[in-house]
Amino acid sequence: MSRNPGNREQFRPEGHETDHFLLTTVVGSYPKPKWLNRARDRFEDDDHQFGDAEWAEATDDACRVITHEHERAGLDTVVDGEMRREEMVEFFAERIDGYEFNGPVKVWGHNYFDKPSVVEDVAYDEPWLVDEFAFVDDVATRPVKVPITGPYTLANWAFNESYPDDEALAYDLADLVNEEIEKLVEAGARYIQIDEPALATTPDDHAIVGECLERIVADIPDEVRIGLHVCYGDYSRVYPEINDYPIDEFDVELCNDDYEQIETFADGEFAPDLALGVVDAHVAEVESVEEIKANIEQGLKVVPPEKLTVSPDCGLKLLPREAAYGKMENLVQAAREVEQELDAGTIDVPAVGDVAPADD
Amino acid sequence: MTDVVATTPGLYPLPDWAKGELSDLKGHQKHDLIDGAEGAAVTDVYDDVRAEVVADQREAGLGRIVEGQGRWDDMLAHPLTVHDSVETGGIVRYYDNNNFYRDPRVVDDLAASGDVAAELTAATAHLGDDDALQAVLPGPYTLADLATDEHYGDEAAFLDAVGEFLAGEVEAFPAHETLFLLEPSFVTNAPDDDLNELASETIDRVAGATDADVVVQTYWAAFEEKAYAHLMDADVDAVGFDFVAADREANLECVNELGTKDDIALGLVDGQNTLVEQPETVAERVDWVDDQIPAQEFDTTYVTPNTETFYLPVNKHKAKLSVLAEAAGIANADVAETEVEA
Repeated sequence: MSRNPGNREQFRPEGHETDHFLLTTVVGSYPKPKWLNRARDRFEDDDHQFGDAEWAEATDDACRVITHEHERAGLDTVVDGEMRREEMVEFFAERIDGYEFNGPVKVWGHNYFDKPSVVEDVAYDEPWLVDEFAFVDDVATRPVKVPITGPYTLANWAFNESYPDDEALAYDLADLVNEEIEKLVEAGARYIQIDEPALATTPDDHAIVGECLERIVADIPDEVRIGLHVCYGDYSRVYPEINDYPIDEFDVELCNDDYEQIETFADGEFAPDLALGVVDAHVAEVESVEEIKANIEQGLKVVPPEKLTVSPDCGLKLLPREAAYGKMENLVQAAREVEQELDAGTIDVPAVGDVAPADD
Repeated sequence: MTDVVATTPGLYPLPDWAKGELSDLKGHQKHDLIDGAEGAAVTDVYDDVRAEVVADQREAGLGRIVEGQGRWDDMLAHPLTVHDSVETGGIVRYYDNNNFYRDPRVVDDLAASGDVAAELTAATAHLGDDDALQAVLPGPYTLADLATDEHYGDEAAFLDAVGEFLAGEVEAFPAHETLFLLEPSFVTNAPDDDLNELASETIDRVAGATDADVVVQTYWAAFEEKAYAHLMDADVDAVGFDFVAADREANLECVNELGTKDDIALGLVDGQNTLVEQPETVAERVDWVDDQIPAQEFDTTYVTPNTETFYLPVNKHKAKLSVLAEAAGIANADVAETEVEA
């Protein structure tokens, strides 16, 4: 059962000009400013005088700049582009007791990842993201979204030395994610996105991810919006099962293969809100507003406008920064134009038209 | 009395210093990967890698020494991705792992290239007088399964051509004691009825190109009975079974129902988990498997990781090399003791 997608209204900006409201957002990561990468090199170089305080100042600055960049693009909900994070598993594994690092392993070619090992029961120590959220929330004038790597991915993309199986590990991690979200909610967070890319690689484990989500949302108030992001996979292997997930929003990457998979979801039964990728995260060419509007209309095959969120396919961090910004700006512009056309009644909404008449 | 030999299926992780140096020299993108025509600077790094991984194995005390396949950017697809008759396509998933390789699209006749032979010849320079070299190749069925045929036109013709190609590669090898043919696809995506016979026949052909002992190593899944029965027709010396990740009951049933070769290879150490096994435990597992196959006594029992070890960080990979060697030592001592008692 999806949760309470009605909680999206809280993100409608004050004075929004149209009746229709397509929530605009991003998945999370964003290209780092070049100067931040140079600062990191100095910070990691023992011969340099660049210490903890300097590094903290540099990351704070980057968070400010990128949060404002998201606001300037006009997004309804913003992030800091994950300026404090390098890698989506490593960042959390460094903060969770029970993980250790042994060195890089190959993903492909000369691309490596410091895949951690779980060597004892995982446990919550210090908050992972509360400071990051508080900082961004203070900087931002728009609502802030918090992306968190999901427990299934944190389990699956690590070596499991300690638990009888990855399922048991994922459930323990889900309880920790729940604890973190409770703290984030206490700090004021109202929009959480759980990232589970590992589900795309092992879709047969959808029931494990479902159970993880039940644990994650336990006792989290309904007004907190919970999204789930899954990318680069065969969605037909997890749909319609995701209709039973306790989430408000399912965030998908479909622009990448030109909406070949949109029909998978267009059965009139799609339960949560759809957060649709409308720009490609791995092509540097910025899509035109017209092109993005056509992509947004693909989403209307699945859900009516009041259940449609628009975002990029995935994190934008691998793009040149100008391209990332251009995509966000055009995405917002396209959403606002579609809203006007929906108000004017000049856009068809197949998802509504296709609904079978109710029995009298 | 079985001789327990510690060895590995190769495809080692690069030493961390080489990961960094090669990233800098080659780059991170698809077109930066190895193409068989690398320049002197890159070749020098791989020479150093080869020397280091051979030394690691000698130090650990393994019974067979592999070249380590540091150059195999595309894992088991490597012999094709560096081939002149192959164009590399997109990045595709390597089995069910979070690893990727370039899709080798075969666009012309496959003839022997000598690429792997050159690596093995280079490795021999680092061996001591008593060291036994082990060659490693993908089995023909696996290599065909990992590739895309855009030239031969039908599945059988393509598999046949890949078999012929690999046999040609083996003919150019320097002297070697053992040849491991890695055949994960043979169990994860077993040949269907149309290909069963040919899959076995192509393995037989590759095995026929060497005088060395040939081991067909499988992993991640258990054999389907029919495919296994056909494989028994191939003139190889041992079949290797994954006792870590695959269904061991199913594999043992194949062995006990249909028999197996005079030698056997046992994947007993987890190539995909950093947890380092105790040598005693591994030795006990050798005994355990032996007990499960009462009808046969093996001339040689190879003790190996179930998979390649490039999935592991280097420290754990090396620790596992030592475990294998120690386990084989314990198992051999146990066998000797049993013989004396008998």
